[in-house]
Amino acid sequence: MSTITHLQVGELLKDVMLEPVSRIALIKYAGASGDFNPIHTIDDEAAKAGLPGIIAHGMWTMGNLAKLFTEYYEEGFIQDYSIRFRNMVFLNDVITLKGILKEKQGNILHFDVVALNQDEKEVLKGDVVYHLY
Amino acid sequence: MFKEQIGKHSSKVKNVVERGAVKKFAEAIGDLHPIYFDEETGQKSRYKRNIAPPTFPRVLDYGVIEDLHLPNKGLIHGEQTFHYKRPLFVGEEINCYSQVKNYTEKKGNFGEMGFLVVENVGEDAAGNVIFNATSTVIISEAVRKVLAK
Repeated sequence: MSTITHLQVGELLKDVMLEPVSRIALIKYAGASGDFNPIHTIDDEAAKAGLPGIIAHGMWTMGNLAKLFTEYYEEGFIQDYSIRFRNMVFLNDVITLKGILKEKQGNILHFDVVALNQDEKEVLKGDVVYHLY
Repeated sequence: MFKEQIGKHSSKVKNVVERGAVKKFAEAIGDLHPIYFDEETGQKSRYKRNIAPPTFPRVLDYGVIEDLHLPNKGLIHGEQTFHYKRPLFVGEEINCYSQVKNYTEKKGNFGEMGFLVVENVGEDAAGNVIFNATSTVIISEAVRKVLAK
């Protein structure tokens, strides 16, 4: 059984590589979140906004990134989750999610988390404070 | 431009962490762990029920802050934070509101940028805060010119 409790400082969580970003995934996120800003789903609207194509909702990527921690739900919970949106995520981008344990203070674990695109460019960067029970 | 809005907040809105909405959300972010939607997994867990993904509060209704008018185009989501006392439970009722926390302006490469910080809060029935979430929205000079008209 995997466990987060015994992770040592400097160790990585298991990387997650997402499927290439698809239009249907963004349409689904729009529906589930209620964020229907058309730059995420309609080519013409993205072009009108000066974008080279439709872009993923920042919150779609942030939502995905949190799943690095989901399998450890019995050991604790995400107490703080802070993200900076650094670069845009485009259709067909292949995003990889990564987390590293930076610091351990009693039952509080500090992680750096990042989402990289296929060019190793940071699209999202932030930190997670994980509270162990 | 938004300075005078700092401190303004919406009235509390009652929300239910709805089972179907949680499932749909978990599917949309590809987080298919059964703790979010399988009742048996929930019952066997330490929570004795299902929980919601950490970014789920985005879907809740926080009411309307009077006089805060944001365009629905041209805004850039710069930063986002969530702070939790505990995970959100599927089926629970929470009261939500939002508040303008801060507004600053800075000169950058793209002219004068506005940074608007809005906090969303969720409380249990007894008034205990379960989560706060802050969004920093970047408002470009071009968008502010449109707003000023």
